[in-house]
Amino acid sequence: MSLLSVQKLTKNFGGITAVSNVSFTVETGELVGLIGPNGAGKTTLFNVLTGVYDPTEGKILLTKGDKTIELSKLPPYKITHHGVARTFQNIRLFKDLSALDNVKIAMNEDAQYGLIGALLRLPRFYRSETDIDQRARAFLKEVHLDELAEIKAKNLPYGKQRQLEIARAMATGAKILFLDEPAAGMNPQETQALTKFIKDIKTKMNLTIVLIEHDMSLVMEICERIFVLDYGKLIAEGTPDQIKHNPKVIEAYLGDED
Amino acid sequence: MEKNIFNKYTFYWILTVALFYLAIQGLISANILRAYYQSILLLIGINIILALGLNLIIGITGQFSLGHAGYMAIGAYSAAITLKYVNGIQGLILGMLIGALITALIAFLVGLPVLRLKGDYLAIATLGVGEIIRIIILNLDITNKAAGINNIDRLASIPLIFGFVILAVIVTSNFKRSALGRACISIFQDEIASEAMGINVTRYKVMSFIFGAILASFGGALFATTYSVVRPEFFGLNQSIDTLVIVVFGGMGSLTGTVVAAFALGIINLLLQPLGDTRMILYAMALIAIMIFRPKGLMGSFEASWKNFKLRKPKLAHGKVNE
Repeated sequence: MSLLSVQKLTKNFGGITAVSNVSFTVETGELVGLIGPNGAGKTTLFNVLTGVYDPTEGKILLTKGDKTIELSKLPPYKITHHGVARTFQNIRLFKDLSALDNVKIAMNEDAQYGLIGALLRLPRFYRSETDIDQRARAFLKEVHLDELAEIKAKNLPYGKQRQLEIARAMATGAKILFLDEPAAGMNPQETQALTKFIKDIKTKMNLTIVLIEHDMSLVMEICERIFVLDYGKLIAEGTPDQIKHNPKVIEAYLGDED
Repeated sequence: MEKNIFNKYTFYWILTVALFYLAIQGLISANILRAYYQSILLLIGINIILALGLNLIIGITGQFSLGHAGYMAIGAYSAAITLKYVNGIQGLILGMLIGALITALIAFLVGLPVLRLKGDYLAIATLGVGEIIRIIILNLDITNKAAGINNIDRLASIPLIFGFVILAVIVTSNFKRSALGRACISIFQDEIASEAMGINVTRYKVMSFIFGAILASFGGALFATTYSVVRPEFFGLNQSIDTLVIVVFGGMGSLTGTVVAAFALGIINLLLQPLGDTRMILYAMALIAIMIFRPKGLMGSFEASWKNFKLRKPKLAHGKVNE
C-alpha cells in the first residue's frame, strides 16, 4: 500500500475545472516533483490535498501504520495532525515571532496541559514547556538554524525564511511534506543552498516530499519521480530523464510545432 | 525555563505587587490619596480588567471586537440583581459567577458564527451583538428597563479591586505565555499558516473570545458595586470604545501596555478635570499626539519581566548611562 494514494481527484470552481480526475501515488521516502505551466492547477491540487479546499470528487488516502485514513473531508489542522504538512508559495511565517517560537507553535499539539494547567501554572505546565523548549531548540540545531533561534522571522534573510518555513512544517511531526515552490524568488546560490537543505533533511528525518517547482535545475537534480500537470490533468509521469524527452510535456510548455 | 512556580521571578513579582500595595495604603493613611483620588484608582482598576479582556481578543488573537460593553453590562446587571437577594461579598461573588456563566454562554453562541468574519465585518457584527444585549436589558423587567437599578451594595474597596486586578493580570499573562496563548498569537500573525501548523483556529478564537468576555463581565460587576447604580445607557458603544482606546494606546497585545495605559489615561483625565468642557478636546488631542509619536502604542509589544530585567551598566565615559 502506498503512503499516499490520490484517486480520481477533481476540483471545480463553478464551471471551471481546476483539477480534473487526477490519480497518483506516493511511496514512503520518495521525493516527487509536481511541475506544469502557470495555471495548470498545481497549487490548487496542493490546497485540496492539505484540506484548504474540499475536493468536488475523488479520494485522498493516507496510510498510517496499518490504517488507511481518508483525508478529503478533514479540515487542514486535522490533516496536519495526521502527519501531512505544507509550506506556501508566498512565505507564511509568523513574522513578528522568533524562529524558535515559529517552531514551538508547530509543536503545540504536544503540549500536555489545558487551559487550567496554563492559567494556574501547574507542575505539568512547566514540565511540558521545558520539554517543548528543549525539543524546539534541538530541532533548530538539527536543521542548522539554531543560531537564528531568537531572531524575528521577518528579519531573517530570504533564503533562511524559506528554510525556516520548511523546518516549521517538519516540526509538526510531518511524515509527508508538500513544498509549494520552495525556490521561488531565489538567486542561484540560494537555490543551491536550498537543494542541499532539502536533500539533507529528507535523509536525516526520513521524510517523504512532494514539491511544486518551476526551477528545473532543482527539480531535475533532486526529484526521483515527476508528475506533469496541464489544464488540471495529469499528462505525464516518470523519471526526470523520461520527462525531459516526453513530447506531451514539451508541447505543454512550448506549444505545438504547428 | 524554570522548573516550577516556586522560582525567584515569582518571588520578585510578589514583592513588587506587595510594595505597590503598601505604597497605596501608605499614601491613603498619610491622607495624600484622598477619597476622590481613591475613587479614580478604583475606576482605573476596573478599566484594567476590562481592557485586559479586550486585549486578549484584539491584541493577542487579532479579532476586532466592539461588543465589549455588552458583556460588561451582563456582568454589571448580574451582580446588581444578585446583590438585591444576597448581601455582602458572597452576593458579589455569586453575582460575578452568574454573570460569567451567562457571558460565557452568549460569547460561545455568538462567537462560533461571528468569528468566521474578519476585520471590519467582525467589528460591525460584534458591535451589533453589544447593542442587542443593551437593548434586551433595556426592555426586561428584571433589569428594571430604562430606569436601571439603584442602591446596589457598595462593596468596592481598594483591596477588593486590587485583588481582582492582580488576578486578571495573572490569568491573562499566564494564558499569553502558554501553548494556548502561542496558538492565539499565531492566529493573529497568519490564520492560514496557523491552521496548516495544526492549530484548531476556531477553537482558539472562541476560547479567547469567551475568556475576554468573562473578564469584561467581571469588570462590569465591579463597576456596579463601585458606583451603586447601573443603567442601560452606560453600556453603549462609547464604553466599548473607551476600553478599545486603552488597548490601542497601551500597545496591541502588550498586557503591560494595557495596565500602563489605564493608569496614564486615568491620570490625564484627572489632570484635565479643572478645565471643564474643553477637557474632552484636550483628551482627544493627547490621544492623537501619542498615537503620532508612538504609533504602536505606549509599550508596543513590550512586556515587563523580571527575567529579562538587567541593570544597565554605564558604558560611556563621563559617567553617562548608555541607553
